[in-house]
Amino acid sequence: MAAKPRILSVRGRGLNFEMLMWAFTRFTALAMYALILFSLIGALIMGARMNVNFADIMRWAFTPNVTHVQNSTLPDIDAWASAFWKSVATLMILAATSHGVHGLVVVADDYITGSSGRRTVRIISVAFMLFMMFAAIYVIWTS
Amino acid sequence: MGLNRTVSLSSALGYKGNGPMLTFILHRIGGVGMAVFLTVHILASFVGGQVGISLNAMYENWLFQIIVFFCVLFHAINGLRITILDLWPKLMVYEREAMWVEWAVFLPLYAFAVLVIVQTALQA
Repeated sequence: MAAKPRILSVRGRGLNFEMLMWAFTRFTALAMYALILFSLIGALIMGARMNVNFADIMRWAFTPNVTHVQNSTLPDIDAWASAFWKSVATLMILAATSHGVHGLVVVADDYITGSSGRRTVRIISVAFMLFMMFAAIYVIWTS
Repeated sequence: MGLNRTVSLSSALGYKGNGPMLTFILHRIGGVGMAVFLTVHILASFVGGQVGISLNAMYENWLFQIIVFFCVLFHAINGLRITILDLWPKLMVYEREAMWVEWAVFLPLYAFAVLVIVQTALQA
C-alpha cells in the first residue's frame, strides 16, 4: 500500500505568522549547522597548529568567542579575537537566541492555552530575547 | 478561548508513543536544557565578577559537560532530521528509517564524546 502524502499547497495552508516562524525555525537550524561547521573548521585549524583539547574545539565550534579558548595553550590567541570571528559568533548568537526563544514559546503554548496567557508569554519572550541578544553581543565584542 | 484538555498527567506520562515520542520528548528536554544553560552562561559572562567566574567554572565539570553535550548533540541531530523531512515532505514516508539513521549517527558520536570527556577528567 503506497501511502499518498497529503500535502496542501502554500495557498491552501495560508501564509500567516505561525507558518513563517515554522519555516524560520527550520532555516535557522540549517544556518546554525553552516555556522557550526564553519567554526569547526576554524577550531581544527587552531587545533592542528597547537595542542587544543576536545572541549576547546567544541566550545569554539558552537560559538567562536575568544574566551572559549583562553585556557588553551594558544600563543597567538589575539589572532582568533578578530572582528571576523566576532561577526561569526554574533551571527550564531542571533540565530540561536531567535530559534531558541521561539522554541520556548512553542513549548509554553502546549501548557498555557489561554489567549491572555499566551500574549503575556510572547511579550516576556520578546523582551527576554532582545536582552539576551544584547548581553551576548556585548560579551562577544568586549572580550 | 483555550483548549479543553481531558488528559490527566498520569495518562500523559503513560502514553506509549515509542520511538517518535522518545525523540520528541528528548528534543524538548534538550532544547529547554540548552536554553537554561545558555541563559545562565551568557548572564554569567555578562555580569562577570566572582559570581560569573564561579558559574562558568561549574560548566567545566565533566558531569555537566556530558549532560550539556547530550542536549546539544541530540537536539542538533534530531533537528536535522526534522528539518530535512519537513523541507522535503516526500521523504516523510521514510520517517521510521530516518529515526534509525538518526540513532546510528547520534550514539557513536555521543559515545566518543563521553569517552573523551571522561578521559580528560581522569587525566586532570
